[in-house]
Amino acid sequence: MRVIRACRELGIPSVAVYSDVDRASLHVRKADEAYHIGPAAAAESYLNFAKTLDVAKRSGADAIHPGYGFLSENAKFAQACGDAGVKFIGPSPASMEMMGSKTRARQQMEKAGVPFVPGTSRGLESADEAEQVAGKIGYPVMLKAAAGGGGKGMRLVHRPEQLKSALEAAQSEAERAFGDREVYIEKAIVNPRHIEMQVLADEHGNTVYLGERECSIQRRHQKVLEESPSPIVDPEMRQRMGEVAVRVATAASYTNAGTVEFLVDQDKNFYFLEMNTRLQVEHPVTELITGLDLVHLQIRIAAGEKLPFRQEDIQIRGHAIECRIYAEDPDNNYFPSPGKITLLLSPSGPGIRRDSGMYEGWTVPIDYDPLLAKLIGYGTDRPQAISRLTRALHEYFVGGIKTNISLFRRILTDVDFQAGKVDTGYLDRLLKAKPPHVQREDEEVAAIAAGIFAIMDPTSAVPANGKSSATGSAPANGIDASSWKRAARLEGLG
Amino acid sequence: MVYDVSIDGKRYRLELEREETRWHCRLNGREVEMDAVLARRDVLSVLIGGKAYEIKREHTATDMHLWVGSVRYLTELHDPRSLRGRRSATADEKGPRKLLAPMPGKVVRVLIGEEQPVEAGQSILVVEAMKMQNEIKSPKKGTVRKIVAAEGANVNAGDVLAIVE
Repeated sequence: MRVIRACRELGIPSVAVYSDVDRASLHVRKADEAYHIGPAAAAESYLNFAKTLDVAKRSGADAIHPGYGFLSENAKFAQACGDAGVKFIGPSPASMEMMGSKTRARQQMEKAGVPFVPGTSRGLESADEAEQVAGKIGYPVMLKAAAGGGGKGMRLVHRPEQLKSALEAAQSEAERAFGDREVYIEKAIVNPRHIEMQVLADEHGNTVYLGERECSIQRRHQKVLEESPSPIVDPEMRQRMGEVAVRVATAASYTNAGTVEFLVDQDKNFYFLEMNTRLQVEHPVTELITGLDLVHLQIRIAAGEKLPFRQEDIQIRGHAIECRIYAEDPDNNYFPSPGKITLLLSPSGPGIRRDSGMYEGWTVPIDYDPLLAKLIGYGTDRPQAISRLTRALHEYFVGGIKTNISLFRRILTDVDFQAGKVDTGYLDRLLKAKPPHVQREDEEVAAIAAGIFAIMDPTSAVPANGKSSATGSAPANGIDASSWKRAARLEGLG
Repeated sequence: MVYDVSIDGKRYRLELEREETRWHCRLNGREVEMDAVLARRDVLSVLIGGKAYEIKREHTATDMHLWVGSVRYLTELHDPRSLRGRRSATADEKGPRKLLAPMPGKVVRVLIGEEQPVEAGQSILVVEAMKMQNEIKSPKKGTVRKIVAAEGANVNAGDVLAIVE
């Protein structure tokens, strides 16, 4: 939807692709053209180069915007686009390849004099090597997969005696998740913040940074809430981090939009973590505080235009906070909650932006990542952004499936969050604490309303076998929720 | 109109009389006056003594919920005048209730055995799927009449796991 909207604004016809289960998705009817691309399984549809390029050929498309997830960081696909004469809206295959492997990226950054977390920039050859390096850099250490993220192939090791088995476990997990068992080692920073810098580069050698995003609020290494600017980054630190980020991008000969991720310790030292060679889910917060349209700029850069501004022209104004609304059940360990959306009441009003793929009556497919929408609150300062977002969450109602909306109410009213005291362990700590007591005082109102509904708005009772509701939804049961989680892990979104 | 309503397991006898948008209600004998308008399917705007409520109705595969503001209430409604003697498995809260698997998985633990008493909301068994454990809870206070899916059994969504009476 984000890309289709930008295309429409620029007068560029858009072509959507869809798999079997996405025929009714919002993007299909909002695009100018849409083509079927295969069955639900991503490998046979959205991840399939030949089918995707075939649609480009048939539709006469000049360019492909890969979005996030799927093929967006696949250097081979970017190459295949180039070979087919279709412009890939993103960096070059070489840049993607360099940054695609975390160890290769670290090696390049070493050369460019970019600060990074102490550790190895090559995969570990043996448990002995691991022990040696760990001894030098000091425990605790983090073992990480070179080929991917999302928590896969990652192990935190506190003591030397745990290292060998952790390494074996990390390697086999990495093999399973990414087809690459390469694991490297880093010093584990205590309670780090995850702060990333948006960069933008045209194909004429101009590279700028567009401000940072605080992304420390994560659950199982998946981002849940992001904001810009970061509560702990002042203009001087922003400039230092931004200049390092530009150095990273330049060292990779980077073009188009990208994000340089840093870990920041409690003393505000920042270390290069990795670079994401695509537009990110959380880009709206950067758009709101800079007043820039990143997708427009991506398209224009790909069309060969120069950046229409210089670093000095970029102003940061106000504060933006984004919540990722997922189809997950907060009362059941965030288990995916597929099914039909029977009722959707969406918020709007001052300072509210909503990027959503949901609509009432849509059956959320279980085959892909359960991200439903992004709700962003923007204000002149952080308290106003929080207040508007809290108010908007109060208005938001998604009926028929479970969502994590209640989680955000908890975060936004939390004292530590409001004080900006967050780090990557924050959400786990919050979730371990006792949830706030919710007043349940309207039972009688509900009881009376039940009768009034029955009279004014009768529907059939829920059938005993629970297989379909009276409103004729597609069956939410009989679905293999495991393929959803598996697919989501493979794509490693965010 | 008269209804038997259950909210989070608590039972009410509801009598309703309508006069355009004004409703005269008697809830377990207590009189309540309210103004109610159906804003759209599944959404009621209710006014009681000047206080405003937005009430949303939601059906899931196994239950009905009413949301008053952001708080969710498990709701069951029964019209006592409708066919007596016919026991509908989910609509009649007095009769036996089937517990259905909400997703495909494996029964890893049976917590309460047959003929054992159980409270509303108490977990009867645990279904595991994707390494996540899902506790299947009793919808009512009663007795576990039958455990249909034994420990170790693989189940599909919608399969009957147990019957509580």
